[in-house]
Amino acid sequence: MKKLLKYMKSYTLESVLGPLFKLLEASFELFVPLVMAAIIDTGIAQGDRGYVLRMCGVLVALAVIGLVCSITAQYFAARASVGFATKIRSACFAHIQSLSFAQQDKLGVSTLITRMTSDINQVQSGVNLALRLLLRSPFVVFGAMVMAFTIDVKAALVFVVTIPLLSIVVFGLMLWSIPMYKKVQKRLDGVLSLTRESLTGVRVVRAFCQEKDIERDFVEKNDALTTLQKLVGKVTGLMNPVTYAIINLGIVALIWVGALRVDAGILTQGQVVALYNYMSQILVELVKLASLIISITKAMACASRVSAVMEVQPDMRGGDKAPDSNGREAVRFENVTLNYSGSGAPELHGVSFAALRGQTIGVIGGTGAGKSTLVGLIPRFYDATEGRVLVDGVDVREYSLGELRKRVGVVPQKAVLFKGTIRENMKWGDPDANDEQIWQALEAAQARDVVESKEDGLDAPIAQGGRNLSGGQRQRLTIARALVKRPEILILDDSASALDYATDLKLRQALRKLPDSPTVFIVSQRTSSISHADQIIVLDEGGVAGMGTHEQLLEGCPVYQEIYYSQYEKKEAK
Amino acid sequence: MAGKKKADKGTMKKVLHYIARYRLLVALSIALATVSVVLTLYAPILFGRAIDGIIAAGNVDFALIRSIFAQVVLVVAATAVAQWIMGVINNKITYQVIRDIRNEAFERLTVLPLRYIDGKPTGEIVSRVIADVDQFADGLLMGFTQLFTGVVTILGTLVFMLTIDVGITFVVVLLTPLSLFVANFIARRTHSMFKRQSEARADQTALIDEMIGNQKVVQAFGHEQEAQQRFDEINERLRGASLRAIFFSSITNPSTRFINALVYAGVGLTGALAAVRDPLGFTVGNLSCFLSYANQYTKPFNEISSVITELQNALVCAARIFELIEQPAQTPDAPDARVLQDPAGSVEMHDVAFSYVADRPLIKKLNLSVKPGQRVAIVGPTGCGKTTLINLLMRFYDVDAGRICVEGTDIRHITRHSLRSNFGMVLQDTWLRAGTIRENLILAKPDATDGEIVQAAKAAHAHGFITRLPQGYDTVIGEDGGSLSQGQKQLLCITRILLKLPPMLILDEATSSIDTRTEMHIQEAFAQLMKGRTSFIVAHRLSTIKNADIILVMKDGDIIEQGTHEQLLEKGGFYANLYNSQFAA
Repeated sequence: MKKLLKYMKSYTLESVLGPLFKLLEASFELFVPLVMAAIIDTGIAQGDRGYVLRMCGVLVALAVIGLVCSITAQYFAARASVGFATKIRSACFAHIQSLSFAQQDKLGVSTLITRMTSDINQVQSGVNLALRLLLRSPFVVFGAMVMAFTIDVKAALVFVVTIPLLSIVVFGLMLWSIPMYKKVQKRLDGVLSLTRESLTGVRVVRAFCQEKDIERDFVEKNDALTTLQKLVGKVTGLMNPVTYAIINLGIVALIWVGALRVDAGILTQGQVVALYNYMSQILVELVKLASLIISITKAMACASRVSAVMEVQPDMRGGDKAPDSNGREAVRFENVTLNYSGSGAPELHGVSFAALRGQTIGVIGGTGAGKSTLVGLIPRFYDATEGRVLVDGVDVREYSLGELRKRVGVVPQKAVLFKGTIRENMKWGDPDANDEQIWQALEAAQARDVVESKEDGLDAPIAQGGRNLSGGQRQRLTIARALVKRPEILILDDSASALDYATDLKLRQALRKLPDSPTVFIVSQRTSSISHADQIIVLDEGGVAGMGTHEQLLEGCPVYQEIYYSQYEKKEAK
Repeated sequence: MAGKKKADKGTMKKVLHYIARYRLLVALSIALATVSVVLTLYAPILFGRAIDGIIAAGNVDFALIRSIFAQVVLVVAATAVAQWIMGVINNKITYQVIRDIRNEAFERLTVLPLRYIDGKPTGEIVSRVIADVDQFADGLLMGFTQLFTGVVTILGTLVFMLTIDVGITFVVVLLTPLSLFVANFIARRTHSMFKRQSEARADQTALIDEMIGNQKVVQAFGHEQEAQQRFDEINERLRGASLRAIFFSSITNPSTRFINALVYAGVGLTGALAAVRDPLGFTVGNLSCFLSYANQYTKPFNEISSVITELQNALVCAARIFELIEQPAQTPDAPDARVLQDPAGSVEMHDVAFSYVADRPLIKKLNLSVKPGQRVAIVGPTGCGKTTLINLLMRFYDVDAGRICVEGTDIRHITRHSLRSNFGMVLQDTWLRAGTIRENLILAKPDATDGEIVQAAKAAHAHGFITRLPQGYDTVIGEDGGSLSQGQKQLLCITRILLKLPPMLILDEATSSIDTRTEMHIQEAFAQLMKGRTSFIVAHRLSTIKNADIILVMKDGDIIEQGTHEQLLEKGGFYANLYNSQFAA
């Protein structure tokens, strides 16, 4: 939580002034019963109309001052809370962007998004409420008690008994209900996930005739939810009746004590009315306080979720070197092992190879063999747990991250484009790229026809995620985006899977003719996509099962043979 | 506007219909509300009388006060009990009503035609069943607890005040609506500010979704700073909009409180003057009673305005839920529908036409005859209608024209359950329920023995990875397979079918996420499975298709070529082209 508080610092003034003005307003409110007592004891008792009028004038004046104070307080509270939330949001965004891939995988994207949006919003309204009301309500409660003491110590003792009693009821119920609300939320989540499940799997549910079973399941879960909701309602529903009873019994005691004191000539009738009014004020404030505390508790929970993200230390720091492209070896792996989940079998183990400048390296293997992980080590998406990865003869950890990644073009498995125009997307590769360079890249990526088919050409809009394009079109554009970068190392991570064989072939031919002749890594499940490579790395369950050219592997690598013959029958193999 | 009002009325009627099931409880709740409000209002009168008994030193009527207090204690106790029981009843009604609605909505989900479910984003339907129902519950509960008591309080206060003094009542009645007016005024003024805030918020969420969701690409291209810059721009805009919206809307509270204070002062003034004029006719006790009424009278006004907004909101949500509940269900099974038992597996399609969108025909005139035990492979480019064919076979959708017959019977005259349970289906989109692996596997055959399960899992090459999971077959997997890889999920779905051994099979890209080596091993199991079973296979990989008895080459909803692998290669058409392109290097 401390992590977040520092963003409040620049709003120190506002967060002091806000509550301060609120307390001022509350103080003026506390004078009201005293004025009313004066009206009764002096104005009415002596039949002084002028006095009554003057005192009512005072009441109006108090109201006006109260209004001004509270609007001022609202302003400062709004400024502080909104500013605070804005700062956190920006910092949180920056922080998330500094996290490594492994950390992002661990946290999960959807929860990061909720934390950045609804959680921070909750924090904002929590801070706003807290600044405005958190001090006010207890202040009024105790203020009313103090005022009661100024009127009469003995009568005020009734307050000393009533207030703790009320607090016990209010806070006791709250302490009980907060975890219960969490439980309710959890059961609601259960109902929600079942609904989702039944929709996403509607075909399977119906194919297996599971409609009745899943419905029974739902009714059961829904009933459990309802039962709990009713229980929580029953208990929290005690709050109002019980506080009402306590306050009114308090008033009974108060008037009784007041009657004795008046009889003894210590108090006046007006003062008894004032005491009565103070007791009523307390009731109103306590109810407010209870609902306030519930919202603040919620906000605190959200704040701790946000703060949990901020507390994740980015585990990847770059060095300060810039790659220099004179070496003969573009990439070298030295006995690399990676175990990023920290448990179970490592994703990669003992991988060693060297890729010469300009070579094409094929990476092949089954699902989960570690292909993407292997190429992800080159631009430092992940760090090796053991061994070293060298680019241009230098350990990647010594390069500055920006410099390293500038030289590596990656076409990820999932073809993602961003909202904007095609040109804007292409410029992700190089902000200074001109149209000619972009068209060259598109040409090589076999994406020229995609752009030409659009009315606005390079200015054609792309919807979020590239939803207005087909999978194959998206894939070709993401390849082009990486080519615009004119990288020294190009990584195609299974990125031709949506292309048909013919286009895939043309793409590979174009890549070979690229002007800067980058070192190309092609990850694929198809042997046809990599069979031409200078070197093929065959992975099997994280280890290297073979390395060499297509012909060599076909000769001596059983895993490669199996993969190959699963795609072509023996007689067709050339 | 008038149409909307009418729709609101219709929704209201339906809501009342659900509530009517609990009409006894509702009546009881209303009775208790009346009791508790009247008693609540009576308490200040008693206190006023007690105060009137305290006049000055030596002039205090203790006997009177004592007898009044006996009444007060009774009244307070009765009020508290009535309030609590009312609260419990309201809770009960609300939560049971929404439970009923939720159950009904879910039941509807199980019979809705797939056309509806496919046509709507999952999130939207889920939000109807969850968020909308929740919002509706909040509105309903608030309506119950506050609307009625609010109205009774206002009326009751009025009556009580009138019995004490008409003039002062007049002051209260005239001044109080001011607070409503002010609240309304501010709400109207701030509406556009809130709109601007939510627009900025939506923009920001979209950006977050895009940039954080695809953070790996952002980092790979070193685009972090640009992203941050765009984020901060929107963030600043949001800050401005939020500040205005929050500040101006938060003026409401002080303003209404200010007006309440004015009412209080007004009552104090007129009351005190009345007391000065006629000390016996208007006592100090009366004044104290009025002052506490002045507080009580304004509160329900403020509450009612928020309740009404809440209720309107709830009605909108209710309308969305009812829209779902009232969706026409799929056509029920024909009354004379036969139960398909142990079919040999002949499937015929006669002049089948189908389209998802009325004016964009997809399948125009499809004819196909499959003999029992034949293996049918369907190939063709994306969007050619391969999956549609399966939708029709399983009767997820009904044909627009023509007919599909299994064992010579039109499938519209076969019960859906018996039709579907005779097909074993493995889809590209795997689906697993939250539960144990075992529960997922025995979905179609609940009485399978452990031996059978293990045997099926071994045949599907799933046994290995299952035993490596922490609790083996009893490992609980999360929603949609949780941490399993796509390939593993597909293996589980295949195991499920191998366990059931249905007479006919549908494999739609069943092995698309499994590497070719494992696939090759599974193919053996599939080959075993397909022996003597009519099967329909959709696949990208031509190697998996070659052994089929019939290959259907589909393009734009039509079958353009049909035959065995050899026949089609010889023909040198579309299929031959497709097949040869994979060998070019």
